[in-house]
Amino acid sequence: MRRASVGLKMIMAASGGLLVAFLFVHMLGNLKIFVGAEAFDHYAHWLRTIGNPVLPNEWYLWIQRAVLTVAVVAHIWSAAVLTIRARKARPVRYAHRPKVRGSYAARTMRWGGVIVLLFIIWHILDLTTRTVNPVSDTTQAYAAVTQDFAPSRWWVTAFYVLAMVLIGFHLRHGLWSALQTLGVSNARRQRALKAAALVVSVVISGGFLIVPLGVTFGLVG
Amino acid sequence: MKLKLRIWRQNGPQDAGSMVPYDLDDVSPDMSFLEMLDVLNERLTLDGQEPVAFDHDCREGICGMCSLVINGTPHGPQKATTTCQLHMRHFSDGETIDIEPWRARAFPVVKDLVVDRGAFDRIIQAGGYISAPTGSAPDAHAVPVPKPDADEAFEAATCIGCGACVAACPNGSGMLFTAAKITHLGLMPQGQPERDSRVLGMVHQHDEEGFGGCTNTGECTAVCPKGIPLAAISRLNADFRHALKASS
Ligand code: HEM
Ligand code: FES
Repeated sequence: MRRASVGLKMIMAASGGLLVAFLFVHMLGNLKIFVGAEAFDHYAHWLRTIGNPVLPNEWYLWIQRAVLTVAVVAHIWSAAVLTIRARKARPVRYAHRPKVRGSYAARTMRWGGVIVLLFIIWHILDLTTRTVNPVSDTTQAYAAVTQDFAPSRWWVTAFYVLAMVLIGFHLRHGLWSALQTLGVSNARRQRALKAAALVVSVVISGGFLIVPLGVTFGLVG
Repeated sequence: MKLKLRIWRQNGPQDAGSMVPYDLDDVSPDMSFLEMLDVLNERLTLDGQEPVAFDHDCREGICGMCSLVINGTPHGPQKATTTCQLHMRHFSDGETIDIEPWRARAFPVVKDLVVDRGAFDRIIQAGGYISAPTGSAPDAHAVPVPKPDADEAFEAATCIGCGACVAACPNGSGMLFTAAKITHLGLMPQGQPERDSRVLGMVHQHDEEGFGGCTNTGECTAVCPKGIPLAAISRLNADFRHALKASS
Protein backbone atom coordinates (compact mmCIF):
# COMPACT_ATOMS: atom_id res chain seq x y z
CA MET A 1 0.00 0.00 0.00
CA ARG A 2 1.13 3.55 -0.69
CA ARG A 3 2.11 5.10 2.61
CA ALA A 4 0.55 8.50 3.33
CA SER A 5 2.97 11.32 2.54
CA VAL A 6 2.09 12.98 5.83
CA GLY A 7 2.82 9.72 7.67
CA LEU A 8 6.24 9.51 6.02
CA LYS A 9 6.90 13.10 7.06
CA MET A 10 5.98 12.18 10.64
CA ILE A 11 8.53 9.37 10.56
CA MET A 12 11.15 11.83 9.31
CA ALA A 13 10.23 14.33 11.99
CA ALA A 14 10.33 11.83 14.85
CA SER A 15 13.58 10.15 13.78
CA GLY A 16 15.15 13.52 13.07
CA GLY A 17 14.10 14.75 16.50
CA LEU A 18 15.83 11.81 18.13
CA LEU A 19 18.99 12.48 16.14
CA VAL A 20 18.96 16.15 17.14
CA ALA A 21 18.63 15.18 20.80
CA PHE A 22 21.65 12.90 20.36
CA LEU A 23 23.60 15.64 18.60
CA PHE A 24 22.90 18.09 21.39
CA VAL A 25 24.13 15.71 24.10
CA HIS A 26 27.11 14.66 21.94
CA MET A 27 28.04 18.30 21.40
CA LEU A 28 27.89 19.04 25.14
CA GLY A 29 30.00 15.96 25.89
CA ASN A 30 32.64 17.01 23.36
CA LEU A 31 33.09 20.32 25.18
CA LYS A 32 34.70 18.34 28.04
CA ILE A 33 37.84 18.46 25.94
CA PHE A 34 38.34 22.03 27.12
CA VAL A 35 38.53 20.74 30.70
CA GLY A 36 41.58 18.62 29.93
CA ALA A 37 42.91 15.26 28.82
CA GLU A 38 42.02 13.43 31.99
CA ALA A 39 38.46 14.73 32.14
CA PHE A 40 37.86 13.88 28.46
CA ASP A 41 39.29 10.37 28.67
CA HIS A 42 37.41 9.79 31.88
CA TYR A 43 34.22 10.91 30.15
CA ALA A 44 34.90 8.52 27.24
CA HIS A 45 35.47 5.71 29.71
CA TRP A 46 32.32 6.60 31.64
CA LEU A 47 30.28 6.36 28.42
CA ARG A 48 31.20 2.69 28.32
CA THR A 49 30.06 2.09 31.87
CA ILE A 50 26.61 3.68 31.66
CA GLY A 51 24.09 1.31 33.18
CA ASN A 52 26.65 -0.59 35.28
CA PRO A 53 26.11 -2.82 37.15
CA VAL A 54 22.72 -3.63 35.60
CA LEU A 55 24.19 -3.54 32.11
CA PRO A 56 27.62 -4.97 31.39
CA ASN A 57 30.24 -2.61 29.94
CA GLU A 58 29.40 -1.02 26.60
CA TRP A 59 25.86 -2.42 26.56
CA TYR A 60 24.32 1.00 26.84
CA LEU A 61 26.53 2.21 24.01
CA TRP A 62 25.42 -0.65 21.79
CA ILE A 63 21.76 -0.01 22.60
CA GLN A 64 22.24 3.64 21.69
CA ARG A 65 24.02 2.64 18.47
CA ALA A 66 21.12 0.37 17.55
CA VAL A 67 18.53 3.07 18.26
CA LEU A 68 20.47 5.70 16.31
CA THR A 69 20.93 3.32 13.38
CA VAL A 70 17.20 2.62 13.29
CA ALA A 71 16.52 6.38 13.39
CA VAL A 72 19.03 7.10 10.60
CA VAL A 73 17.63 4.32 8.41
CA ALA A 74 14.02 5.41 9.00
CA HIS A 75 14.95 9.03 8.28
CA ILE A 76 16.75 8.24 5.04
CA TRP A 77 14.19 5.66 3.91
CA SER A 78 11.26 8.07 4.24
CA ALA A 79 13.32 10.87 2.66
CA ALA A 80 14.11 8.59 -0.29
CA VAL A 81 10.49 7.51 -0.80
CA LEU A 82 9.32 11.13 -0.71
CA THR A 83 12.11 12.28 -3.02
CA ILE A 84 11.21 9.65 -5.61
CA ARG A 85 7.56 10.67 -5.38
CA ALA A 86 8.47 14.34 -5.75
CA ARG A 87 10.54 13.60 -8.87
CA LYS A 88 7.66 11.66 -10.38
CA ALA A 89 5.19 14.40 -9.48
CA ARG A 90 6.78 16.73 -12.06
CA PRO A 91 7.71 14.63 -15.10
CA VAL A 92 7.97 17.63 -17.45
CA ARG A 93 10.17 20.44 -16.20
CA TYR A 94 9.61 24.13 -16.69
CA ALA A 95 11.54 25.74 -19.55
CA HIS A 96 11.83 28.91 -17.50
CA ARG A 97 12.25 28.37 -13.79
CA PRO A 98 13.69 30.92 -11.37
CA LYS A 99 15.59 29.53 -8.39
CA VAL A 100 13.37 28.25 -5.64
CA ARG A 101 12.89 31.25 -3.38
CA GLY A 102 12.76 29.27 -0.16
CA SER A 103 15.78 29.38 2.11
CA TYR A 104 19.13 27.90 1.12
CA ALA A 105 18.61 25.39 3.92
CA ALA A 106 15.30 24.20 2.49
CA ARG A 107 16.79 23.81 -0.97
CA THR A 108 19.76 21.74 0.16
CA MET A 109 17.97 19.23 2.41
CA ARG A 110 18.37 16.29 0.03
CA TRP A 111 21.97 16.72 -1.09
CA GLY A 112 22.89 18.10 2.32
CA GLY A 113 21.46 14.98 3.91
CA VAL A 114 23.54 12.73 1.66
CA ILE A 115 26.70 14.63 2.56
CA VAL A 116 25.86 14.40 6.26
CA LEU A 117 25.53 10.62 5.83
CA LEU A 118 28.96 10.47 4.17
CA PHE A 119 30.29 12.51 7.08
CA ILE A 120 28.80 10.10 9.63
CA ILE A 121 30.51 7.16 7.88
CA TRP A 122 33.85 8.97 7.85
CA HIS A 123 33.37 10.11 11.43
CA ILE A 124 32.75 6.56 12.71
CA LEU A 125 35.82 5.29 10.82
CA ASP A 126 37.70 8.21 12.33
CA LEU A 127 36.79 8.53 16.01
CA THR A 128 35.03 5.27 16.80
CA THR A 129 36.85 2.49 14.94
CA ARG A 130 39.96 4.72 14.51
CA THR A 131 40.54 3.21 11.08
CA VAL A 132 41.53 6.59 9.64
CA ASN A 133 42.73 8.14 12.90
CA PRO A 134 46.40 8.43 13.91
CA VAL A 135 45.61 7.02 17.40
CA SER A 136 44.40 3.43 17.35
CA ASP A 137 44.17 2.89 21.13
CA THR A 138 40.46 3.39 21.75
CA THR A 139 40.98 4.25 25.42
CA GLN A 140 42.85 7.38 24.29
CA ALA A 141 39.99 9.66 23.26
CA TYR A 142 41.78 12.93 23.99
CA ALA A 143 44.87 11.95 22.01
CA ALA A 144 42.70 10.78 19.14
CA VAL A 145 40.90 14.11 18.89
CA THR A 146 43.93 16.32 19.36
CA GLN A 147 46.05 14.42 16.84
CA ASP A 148 43.16 14.12 14.41
CA PHE A 149 42.76 17.87 14.14
CA ALA A 150 46.45 18.76 14.43
CA PRO A 151 47.44 21.67 12.16
CA SER A 152 49.24 19.26 9.78
CA ARG A 153 45.96 17.45 9.25
CA TRP A 154 44.16 20.71 8.38
CA TRP A 155 42.10 18.95 5.71
CA VAL A 156 40.40 16.81 8.36
CA THR A 157 39.44 19.98 10.23
CA ALA A 158 38.29 21.56 6.98
CA PHE A 159 36.08 18.58 6.23
CA TYR A 160 34.59 18.62 9.73
CA VAL A 161 33.94 22.36 9.44
CA LEU A 162 32.19 21.90 6.11
CA ALA A 163 30.14 19.02 7.50
CA MET A 164 29.13 20.96 10.63
CA VAL A 165 28.04 23.96 8.57
CA LEU A 166 25.94 21.68 6.37
CA ILE A 167 24.48 20.01 9.44
CA GLY A 168 23.63 23.47 10.74
CA PHE A 169 21.67 24.20 7.56
CA HIS A 170 20.07 20.76 7.59
CA LEU A 171 18.95 21.27 11.19
CA ARG A 172 17.68 24.77 10.62
CA HIS A 173 15.15 23.75 8.02
CA GLY A 174 14.72 20.26 9.45
CA LEU A 175 13.78 21.42 12.93
CA TRP A 176 11.27 23.96 11.72
CA SER A 177 9.85 21.53 9.20
CA ALA A 178 9.49 18.85 11.87
CA LEU A 179 7.51 21.24 14.06
CA GLN A 180 5.29 22.01 11.11
CA THR A 181 4.90 18.31 10.27
CA LEU A 182 3.96 17.43 13.83
CA GLY A 183 1.37 20.20 13.73
CA VAL A 184 3.00 22.25 16.50
CA SER A 185 3.34 25.33 14.33
CA ASN A 186 0.59 27.82 13.64
CA ALA A 187 0.32 31.33 12.24
CA ARG A 188 1.09 33.00 15.55
CA ARG A 189 3.98 30.73 16.54
CA GLN A 190 5.60 30.38 13.11
CA ARG A 191 8.14 33.20 13.48
CA ALA A 192 9.12 32.19 16.99
CA LEU A 193 9.55 28.54 16.01
CA LYS A 194 11.69 29.45 13.01
CA ALA A 195 13.87 31.61 15.25
CA ALA A 196 14.14 28.79 17.80
CA ALA A 197 15.15 26.34 15.06
CA LEU A 198 17.86 28.78 13.97
CA VAL A 199 19.19 29.23 17.51
CA VAL A 200 19.31 25.48 18.21
CA SER A 201 21.11 24.75 14.94
CA VAL A 202 23.66 27.52 15.50
CA VAL A 203 24.31 26.28 19.04
CA ILE A 204 24.73 22.65 17.93
CA SER A 205 26.77 23.44 14.86
CA GLY A 206 28.89 26.06 16.66
CA GLY A 207 29.35 23.86 19.74
CA PHE A 208 30.72 21.06 17.56
CA LEU A 209 32.86 23.42 15.50
CA ILE A 210 34.88 24.92 18.33
CA VAL A 211 36.43 21.54 19.16
CA PRO A 212 38.28 20.81 15.88
CA LEU A 213 38.94 24.52 15.36
CA GLY A 214 40.22 24.80 18.95
CA VAL A 215 42.62 21.92 18.36
CA THR A 216 43.86 23.17 14.99
CA PHE A 217 44.42 26.68 16.29
CA GLY A 218 46.16 25.55 19.45
CA LEU A 219 43.55 26.32 22.10
CA VAL A 220 43.46 22.64 23.09
CA GLY A 221 46.20 20.06 23.23
CA MET B 1 4.28 48.15 -25.90
CA LYS B 2 6.00 45.42 -27.89
CA LEU B 3 6.50 41.96 -26.46
CA LYS B 4 8.34 38.80 -27.39
CA LEU B 5 6.30 35.85 -26.20
CA ARG B 6 7.39 32.26 -25.91
CA ILE B 7 4.38 30.05 -25.39
CA TRP B 8 4.07 26.33 -24.72
CA ARG B 9 2.18 24.81 -27.66
CA GLN B 10 1.01 21.22 -27.38
CA ASN B 11 -1.60 19.84 -29.71
CA GLY B 12 -3.08 17.31 -27.32
CA PRO B 13 -2.29 15.14 -24.30
CA GLN B 14 -0.06 12.81 -26.33
CA ASP B 15 1.78 15.52 -28.30
CA ALA B 16 5.35 16.31 -27.20
CA GLY B 17 4.88 20.09 -27.26
CA SER B 18 7.45 22.89 -27.35
CA MET B 19 7.95 26.59 -26.66
CA VAL B 20 6.94 28.65 -29.71
CA PRO B 21 8.00 32.31 -30.16
CA TYR B 22 5.53 35.06 -31.10
CA ASP B 23 6.11 38.79 -31.53
CA LEU B 24 3.24 40.95 -30.38
CA ASP B 25 3.10 44.73 -31.03
CA ASP B 26 0.51 47.24 -29.89
CA VAL B 27 -0.03 45.85 -26.41
CA SER B 28 -1.64 48.39 -24.11
CA PRO B 29 -0.24 48.52 -20.58
CA ASP B 30 -3.85 48.64 -19.38
CA MET B 31 -4.67 45.25 -20.83
CA SER B 32 -4.91 42.30 -18.52
CA PHE B 33 -2.59 39.39 -19.25
CA LEU B 34 -5.47 37.39 -20.68
CA GLU B 35 -6.59 40.30 -22.87
CA MET B 36 -3.06 40.40 -24.25
CA LEU B 37 -3.44 36.71 -25.15
CA ASP B 38 -6.87 37.47 -26.66
CA VAL B 39 -5.15 39.96 -28.97
CA LEU B 40 -2.61 37.34 -29.96
CA ASN B 41 -5.34 34.78 -30.56
CA GLU B 42 -7.33 37.17 -32.76
CA ARG B 43 -4.27 37.67 -34.87
CA LEU B 44 -3.54 33.94 -35.06
CA THR B 45 -7.15 33.26 -36.04
CA LEU B 46 -7.07 35.93 -38.78
CA ASP B 47 -3.80 34.42 -40.02
CA GLY B 48 -5.54 31.04 -40.20
CA GLN B 49 -3.49 29.58 -37.36
CA GLU B 50 -4.67 27.65 -34.33
CA PRO B 51 -5.22 30.07 -31.38
CA VAL B 52 -3.47 29.38 -28.08
CA ALA B 53 -5.70 27.39 -25.72
CA PHE B 54 -5.74 28.73 -22.17
CA ASP B 55 -8.18 28.42 -19.28
CA HIS B 56 -10.20 31.32 -17.93
CA ASP B 57 -13.72 32.02 -16.80
CA CYS B 58 -14.59 34.86 -14.42
CA ARG B 59 -11.62 37.13 -15.17
CA GLU B 60 -12.34 38.63 -11.76
CA GLY B 61 -9.89 36.61 -9.70
CA ILE B 62 -12.53 34.44 -8.05
CA CYS B 63 -13.11 31.28 -10.07
CA GLY B 64 -9.59 29.83 -10.14
CA MET B 65 -9.68 28.83 -13.79
CA CYS B 66 -6.83 30.97 -15.14
CA SER B 67 -3.57 29.11 -14.73
CA LEU B 68 -0.44 30.36 -16.43
CA VAL B 69 3.15 30.06 -15.35
CA ILE B 70 4.60 33.42 -16.39
CA ASN B 71 8.38 33.66 -16.50
CA GLY B 72 8.54 30.67 -14.19
CA THR B 73 6.11 32.01 -11.60
CA PRO B 74 2.52 30.76 -11.38
CA HIS B 75 0.20 33.74 -11.97
CA GLY B 76 3.19 35.94 -12.74
CA PRO B 77 5.15 38.56 -10.84
CA GLN B 78 2.38 40.36 -8.97
CA LYS B 79 1.84 39.09 -5.42
CA ALA B 80 -1.61 37.80 -4.42
CA THR B 81 -2.94 38.27 -7.94
CA THR B 82 -4.43 35.80 -10.39
CA THR B 83 -3.32 35.79 -14.02
CA CYS B 84 -6.62 37.37 -15.08
CA GLN B 85 -6.07 40.28 -12.68
CA LEU B 86 -2.48 40.82 -13.74
CA HIS B 87 -1.95 43.83 -16.00
CA MET B 88 0.60 44.41 -18.71
CA ARG B 89 1.92 47.53 -16.94
CA HIS B 90 3.91 45.16 -14.73
CA PHE B 91 5.98 44.20 -17.75
CA SER B 92 8.37 46.39 -19.69
CA ASP B 93 8.42 47.28 -23.36
CA GLY B 94 10.40 44.78 -25.39
CA GLU B 95 10.36 42.18 -22.63
CA THR B 96 10.45 38.45 -23.40
CA ILE B 97 7.70 36.60 -21.56
CA ASP B 98 7.69 32.83 -21.21
CA ILE B 99 4.25 31.29 -20.74
CA GLU B 100 3.89 27.67 -19.64
CA PRO B 101 1.13 25.47 -18.23
CA TRP B 102 1.03 24.20 -14.63
CA ARG B 103 3.55 21.37 -14.55
CA ALA B 104 2.50 18.33 -12.52
CA ARG B 105 1.87 14.68 -13.20
CA ALA B 106 -1.51 15.09 -11.50
CA PHE B 107 -2.39 17.98 -13.86
CA PRO B 108 -1.91 16.52 -17.36
CA VAL B 109 -1.87 18.99 -20.23
CA VAL B 110 -5.06 18.88 -22.29
CA LYS B 111 -3.88 21.34 -24.90
CA ASP B 112 -1.34 24.18 -24.96
CA LEU B 113 -1.74 25.94 -21.62
CA VAL B 114 -4.85 24.07 -20.48
CA VAL B 115 -4.38 21.37 -17.84
CA ASP B 116 -6.86 18.93 -16.31
CA ARG B 117 -7.29 19.79 -12.65
CA GLY B 118 -9.78 17.00 -11.99
CA ALA B 119 -7.37 15.67 -9.35
CA PHE B 120 -8.43 18.55 -7.09
CA ASP B 121 -12.10 17.63 -7.56
CA ARG B 122 -11.33 14.06 -6.53
CA ILE B 123 -9.51 15.28 -3.42
CA ILE B 124 -12.63 17.26 -2.52
CA GLN B 125 -14.80 14.21 -3.19
CA ALA B 126 -12.62 12.24 -0.77
CA GLY B 127 -13.73 14.37 2.18
CA GLY B 128 -13.74 18.08 1.41
CA TYR B 129 -17.37 18.57 2.35
CA ILE B 130 -19.79 18.40 5.25
CA SER B 131 -22.86 16.18 5.22
CA ALA B 132 -25.99 18.24 5.83
CA PRO B 133 -29.63 17.28 5.41
CA THR B 134 -31.40 19.11 2.63
CA GLY B 135 -34.74 20.81 3.19
CA SER B 136 -35.38 24.01 5.04
CA ALA B 137 -32.23 26.08 5.57
CA PRO B 138 -31.20 26.38 9.24
CA ASP B 139 -31.13 29.80 10.88
CA ALA B 140 -28.00 31.65 9.85
CA HIS B 141 -26.58 32.08 13.34
CA ALA B 142 -28.15 29.10 15.07
CA VAL B 143 -24.69 27.63 15.73
CA PRO B 144 -22.32 30.24 17.17
CA VAL B 145 -18.74 30.29 15.83
CA PRO B 146 -16.01 32.10 17.77
CA LYS B 147 -14.82 35.13 15.80
CA PRO B 148 -11.12 34.10 15.54
CA ASP B 149 -12.17 30.68 14.21
CA ALA B 150 -14.56 32.26 11.75
CA ASP B 151 -11.80 34.58 10.52
CA GLU B 152 -9.25 31.80 10.10
CA ALA B 153 -11.79 29.56 8.41
CA PHE B 154 -12.75 32.36 6.08
CA GLU B 155 -9.13 33.07 5.19
CA ALA B 156 -8.74 29.40 4.21
CA ALA B 157 -12.07 29.40 2.39
CA THR B 158 -10.81 32.08 0.01
CA CYS B 159 -8.80 29.32 -1.76
CA ILE B 160 -10.08 29.25 -5.33
CA GLY B 161 -8.52 25.87 -6.12
CA CYS B 162 -6.45 27.21 -9.01
CA GLY B 163 -3.51 24.89 -8.38
CA ALA B 164 -0.77 27.53 -8.38
CA CYS B 165 0.55 25.94 -5.17
CA VAL B 166 1.18 22.68 -7.05
CA ALA B 167 2.70 24.50 -10.01
CA ALA B 168 5.17 26.33 -7.75
CA CYS B 169 6.06 23.50 -5.40
CA PRO B 170 9.44 21.87 -6.12
CA ASN B 171 7.80 18.58 -5.06
CA GLY B 172 4.63 19.07 -7.09
CA SER B 173 2.69 18.84 -3.83
CA GLY B 174 -0.94 19.79 -3.45
CA MET B 175 -0.75 20.13 0.31
CA LEU B 176 -1.60 23.84 0.50
CA PHE B 177 -4.85 23.30 -1.41
CA THR B 178 -5.73 20.23 0.66
CA ALA B 179 -4.81 22.05 3.88
CA ALA B 180 -6.93 25.08 2.98
CA LYS B 181 -10.00 22.86 2.77
CA ILE B 182 -9.09 20.99 5.98
CA THR B 183 -8.63 24.31 7.78
CA HIS B 184 -11.79 25.85 6.41
CA LEU B 185 -14.05 22.93 7.37
CA GLY B 186 -12.17 21.82 10.48
CA LEU B 187 -12.65 25.15 12.23
CA MET B 188 -16.41 25.10 11.76
CA PRO B 189 -18.79 23.30 14.15
CA GLN B 190 -20.43 21.75 11.09
CA GLY B 191 -17.10 20.25 10.07
CA GLN B 192 -16.47 18.32 13.29
CA PRO B 193 -18.33 15.01 12.75
CA GLU B 194 -16.30 14.14 9.64
CA ARG B 195 -13.06 15.78 10.70
CA ASP B 196 -11.00 12.59 11.10
CA SER B 197 -12.28 10.77 8.03
CA ARG B 198 -11.92 13.99 6.03
CA VAL B 199 -8.19 14.40 6.62
CA LEU B 200 -7.41 10.72 6.12
CA GLY B 201 -9.49 10.53 2.94
CA MET B 202 -8.18 13.75 1.43
CA VAL B 203 -4.51 13.01 2.15
CA HIS B 204 -4.94 9.51 0.75
CA GLN B 205 -6.50 10.85 -2.44
CA HIS B 206 -3.86 13.59 -2.68
CA ASP B 207 -1.14 10.93 -2.68
CA GLU B 208 -3.05 8.62 -5.04
CA GLU B 209 -3.29 11.40 -7.61
CA GLY B 210 0.50 11.52 -7.80
CA PHE B 211 1.16 14.81 -6.01
CA GLY B 212 4.43 14.91 -4.09
CA GLY B 213 4.82 15.34 -0.33
CA CYS B 214 5.29 18.72 1.33
CA THR B 215 8.77 19.82 2.48
CA ASN B 216 7.59 23.09 4.01
CA THR B 217 9.59 25.10 1.51
CA GLY B 218 6.87 27.73 1.29
CA GLU B 219 6.89 28.26 -2.48
CA CYS B 220 3.14 27.60 -2.48
CA THR B 221 2.20 30.43 -0.12
CA ALA B 222 4.49 32.81 -1.97
CA VAL B 223 2.54 32.39 -5.23
CA CYS B 224 -0.94 31.77 -3.81
CA PRO B 225 -3.23 34.44 -5.26
CA LYS B 226 -5.24 34.30 -2.04
CA GLY B 227 -2.29 34.23 0.36
CA ILE B 228 -3.29 30.95 2.06
CA PRO B 229 -0.71 30.67 4.87
CA LEU B 230 1.69 27.77 5.37
CA ALA B 231 0.20 27.37 8.85
CA ALA B 232 -2.77 25.68 7.16
CA ILE B 233 -0.48 22.73 6.40
CA SER B 234 0.51 22.50 10.04
CA ARG B 235 -3.17 22.31 10.92
CA LEU B 236 -3.68 19.53 8.38
CA ASN B 237 -0.74 17.67 9.92
CA ALA B 238 -2.16 18.09 13.42
CA ASP B 239 -5.56 16.81 12.26
CA PHE B 240 -3.87 13.88 10.49
CA ARG B 241 -1.99 12.91 13.64
CA HIS B 242 -5.16 13.17 15.68
CA ALA B 243 -7.07 11.05 13.17
CA LEU B 244 -4.37 8.37 13.18
CA LYS B 245 -4.52 8.16 16.97
CA ALA B 246 -8.30 8.01 16.94
CA SER B 247 -8.37 5.26 14.34
CA SER B 248 -5.78 3.03 16.01
C1 HEM C 1 33.30 18.36 15.27
C2 HEM C 1 32.34 17.60 15.55
C3 HEM C 1 32.41 16.26 16.24
C4 HEM C 1 33.40 15.71 17.05
C5 HEM C 1 34.72 16.32 17.50
C6 HEM C 1 32.93 14.40 17.41
C7 HEM C 1 33.64 13.52 18.23
C8 HEM C 1 33.25 12.24 18.48
C9 HEM C 1 33.98 11.28 19.29
C10 HEM C 1 35.31 11.56 20.00
C11 HEM C 1 33.27 10.13 19.28
C12 HEM C 1 33.66 8.82 19.96
C13 HEM C 1 33.10 8.73 21.31
C14 HEM C 1 33.61 7.47 21.95
O1 HEM C 1 33.21 6.38 21.51
O2 HEM C 1 34.43 7.59 22.86
C15 HEM C 1 32.07 10.34 18.50
C16 HEM C 1 31.06 9.41 18.30
C17 HEM C 1 29.97 9.62 17.47
N1 HEM C 1 29.64 10.76 16.76
FE1 HEM C 1 30.64 12.46 16.79
N2 HEM C 1 31.70 14.20 16.82
C18 HEM C 1 31.36 15.30 16.10
C19 HEM C 1 30.19 15.52 15.35
C20 HEM C 1 29.24 14.56 15.09
C21 HEM C 1 28.07 14.74 14.28
C22 HEM C 1 27.67 16.05 13.60
C23 HEM C 1 27.40 13.56 14.24
C24 HEM C 1 26.11 13.19 13.56
C25 HEM C 1 25.64 13.70 12.49
C26 HEM C 1 28.15 12.66 15.03
C27 HEM C 1 27.80 11.35 15.21
C28 HEM C 1 28.47 10.50 16.03
C29 HEM C 1 28.03 9.18 16.30
C30 HEM C 1 26.78 8.51 15.71
C31 HEM C 1 28.96 8.63 17.23
C32 HEM C 1 28.89 7.30 17.92
C33 HEM C 1 29.44 6.22 17.17
C34 HEM C 1 29.45 5.09 18.17
O3 HEM C 1 28.35 4.71 18.61
O4 HEM C 1 30.49 4.63 18.48
N3 HEM C 1 29.26 13.29 15.53
N4 HEM C 1 32.08 11.64 18.02
S1 FES D 1 -10.29 33.66 -14.65
FE1 FES D 1 -11.35 33.35 -12.78
S2 FES D 1 -9.74 33.61 -11.36
FE2 FES D 1 -8.78 34.14 -13.20
